[in-house]
Amino acid sequence: MNRYPLWKNLLIGLVLLWGLLYTLPNFYGEVPAVQVSSAKATLKLDAAATTDRIAGALKAAGIDNTGIFSDANSVRARFKDTETQLRAKDVIEQAFNPDASDPSYVVALNLLSASPSWLTSIQALPMYLGLDLRGGVHFLLEVDMPGALVKRLDSTTGDLRTLMRDKSVRHAGITREGNTVVIRFRDAAQREAGRRAILDSTADLQLVERDDSADDLKLVATLTPQAQQTMRDFAIKQNITTLHNRINELGVAEPVIQQQGAERIVVQLPGVQDVAKAKDILGRTATLEVRMVDDTPGAIEQALAGSVPFGTELYTERGGSPLLVKKQVVLTGDRLTDAQPGFDGQTNEPAVHLTLDAAGARIFRDVTRENVGKRMAILLFEKGKGEVVTAPVIRSEIGGGRVQISGRMSTVEANDVALLLRAGSLAAPMEIIEERTVGPSLGAENIQKGFNSTLWGFLAIVVFMCAYYLLFGLVSSIALAANLLLLVALLSLLQATLTLPGIAAMALTLGMAIDANVLINERIREELRNGASPQAAIAAGYDRAWDTILDSNITTLIAGIALLVFGSGPVRGFAVVHCLGILTSMFSAILVSRMLINFIYGRRRKVDSLSIGQVWKPEGK
Amino acid sequence: MEFFRIKKDIPFMRHALVFNVISLLTFALAVFFLATRGLHLSVEFTGGTLVEVSYAEAPQLEPIRSALAGSGYPDAQVQNFGSARDLLIRLPNREDLDTSRVSETVMSTLQQAGGPAPELRRVEFVGPQVGKELAADGSMALLLVIVGIMIYLALRFEWRFAVSAIIANLHDVIIILGFFAFFQWEFSLPVLAAVLAVLGYSVNESVVVFDRVRETFKKKRAMSTPQVLDHAITSTISRTVITHGSTQVMVLSMLLFGGETLYYFALALTIGICFGIYSSVLVASPLVMWLGVSREQFIKPKKEKEEAVV
Repeated sequence: MNRYPLWKNLLIGLVLLWGLLYTLPNFYGEVPAVQVSSAKATLKLDAAATTDRIAGALKAAGIDNTGIFSDANSVRARFKDTETQLRAKDVIEQAFNPDASDPSYVVALNLLSASPSWLTSIQALPMYLGLDLRGGVHFLLEVDMPGALVKRLDSTTGDLRTLMRDKSVRHAGITREGNTVVIRFRDAAQREAGRRAILDSTADLQLVERDDSADDLKLVATLTPQAQQTMRDFAIKQNITTLHNRINELGVAEPVIQQQGAERIVVQLPGVQDVAKAKDILGRTATLEVRMVDDTPGAIEQALAGSVPFGTELYTERGGSPLLVKKQVVLTGDRLTDAQPGFDGQTNEPAVHLTLDAAGARIFRDVTRENVGKRMAILLFEKGKGEVVTAPVIRSEIGGGRVQISGRMSTVEANDVALLLRAGSLAAPMEIIEERTVGPSLGAENIQKGFNSTLWGFLAIVVFMCAYYLLFGLVSSIALAANLLLLVALLSLLQATLTLPGIAAMALTLGMAIDANVLINERIREELRNGASPQAAIAAGYDRAWDTILDSNITTLIAGIALLVFGSGPVRGFAVVHCLGILTSMFSAILVSRMLINFIYGRRRKVDSLSIGQVWKPEGK
Repeated sequence: MEFFRIKKDIPFMRHALVFNVISLLTFALAVFFLATRGLHLSVEFTGGTLVEVSYAEAPQLEPIRSALAGSGYPDAQVQNFGSARDLLIRLPNREDLDTSRVSETVMSTLQQAGGPAPELRRVEFVGPQVGKELAADGSMALLLVIVGIMIYLALRFEWRFAVSAIIANLHDVIIILGFFAFFQWEFSLPVLAAVLAVLGYSVNESVVVFDRVRETFKKKRAMSTPQVLDHAITSTISRTVITHGSTQVMVLSMLLFGGETLYYFALALTIGICFGIYSSVLVASPLVMWLGVSREQFIKPKKEKEEAVV
């Protein structure tokens, strides 16, 4: 009766083998590596070509690598020690970024798993360590949505003004009041005309009529809930894109930039110690500038000859031709609310549509009116170095804050320019609401401490179990080890972030998991005490304990799930491991230990006694 | 080896009143300390900045305090952390401070304060709204655990079991909090996790006993309710002690080797485990008895039960 069918043994064996396979990468440790990724939004990394270039550069410098790997966004080369890694970084840096002041690639130091490539190819990766274990900076940023709304309404105010003028509707003033835009009219007919004009042009506004006195008629416009939602989604996506671009400047190997909730962004920068610089870069605004081009005949030749005229700067256009730009800034990226690729309404050429806020629109109208026929340049500043995104000719006065840049552009270029323009500005201001920095020494110490406490606790339990339950204790200990194996394998497979509370949860789960085996062993002893035969005692012990084990694990799981749902940060790290640990412990404590017991006792025809420690029987029984 | 050689069932229920009075007293004390002293909440809940630095040799605290006061942080708390060489600096959030620059200002102040240069170990900054949210989420989690466990126990056993298990275990939670209030230990997020884990874990204990109660009710018809409870507790006591002993060994290992970060986490677990055994066995069982548990409640649905077993 104490035999498992073959398929069950095989299945358990397979699961354990799988556990071993996916736990393996954690034992190999990490080796130094150099990672190359794109530093610019417009530059897509070609993995194959980059791999060849890295290999070529290393070969030319006579540096050995232990493998070059690539994924969608980066190429990484492994080296045998830190010294080689540092030399290789310099070589690769030179090969990829010949102009150090204008790098196109991020070349960063990184650590890679040393596990053999066949493991990596089956997605067996080591556990992903949290910042408290590897060191680095964690920021939680909150996007100022009210601020974004105000910005949006300001630009709406400008739009409405233009609209009223275009449709020849007479109004007595348009102002933003709180979260609404109020348009004043003197008579009802004009108000009706205005209402119709607005409803025809946009679906984003809700209009309500309000009469304060007979000759003070008002139209109150608010953004519809859908429009507000779109605006929020846009603001957060835009800010994430901008953060990506900025963080590229830091040369971080594996930055994490994620949306959390409706209005928050998590930024994690492993290995970064210079918090001040990280904050500067995250918090910077207005990297976009609009300036006038100096088209004075002869000035450009003079500048190329080495004497740049006073008050101007020499830049290179994206096409490569030189451009002389005035130092005076007309507009900054703050004033830009949106940039989208599209097509020119008349010529159907690819174009980029820019939207400016109210103040920006006014400045832009004045500047364009005074400079018809001249060129203006839009510059994007990255790492303090400007690049001309585009330098169009002003054809006519542009009012209303809607600007179209077109001419000599392909669709792809229009997309790139729009992206670059957007990358230069944050849609809404952000504030750091949580910061956590962990030094590298503390991280290493945390791993050591977590590992030690798990190890010593585990050994103490094994010693006790073996002494108290003898062979059954040994089996229980093996089952506990299998539990740990499966838990680590599962965590590695899911690539869940392991933190110090996670390690604590691992230790605690092991301490709790032994409960199932204690229950079983006690039950078997009890059955023996009541006079059951050894084989029957094993069967009854496992069967009867099952109900109890299930009940108790489910109550623990309920607590774990509550933590998972409501926990954040360290608590979530704890909860993930705790919940997974409960699941793996049910498997190992019951199935794995039963399989071993079956192997030991189930095959024998006659079993006189079980090696489960002393079974004391009260007299009279 | 066998620790427990019990000939007869121990008459726990005879002393039920004593056990409950003891736990009522500890409970009252815990509530008293919670009310008078309050919890020493960590920076995660209160909001503020925490900077941990390490020096090559033990620094003088007074010059550091005055240097910080000089840079505009007169309310900075500076204390040793773990060893004399490690310092922990706590700064509360204030309206007039530029919170995003606090950690840099503190570091540069420390570097200029003279003496050996400090090494930055850890910075934690939590804005005021985040702290409030964490506290709210923590309470929600606690509520969810209580409701979830009660529903499960009520479905699986009987409402009487659910009610007494939850009362017994909530009293554990309050006692853990009482300890933290009395000693003014820092109550951080990991401690909250430990408290909730303890809640799930000590309900375990009640479940094991209740399982036995149910089984005994069905098997031994001659026993009265207190006798059934005595029998159930006596026959599981060996398992209770061994299991909790094993878990405690693990927790002890964390307490000894886990360092400062895991210290309070392990401490909360230790208190939880000790009181968990006591309350879930000696408090929950009498409560079940007083709530009027009887054999009939288990005999009636017997047919359904058999089907469930098949």
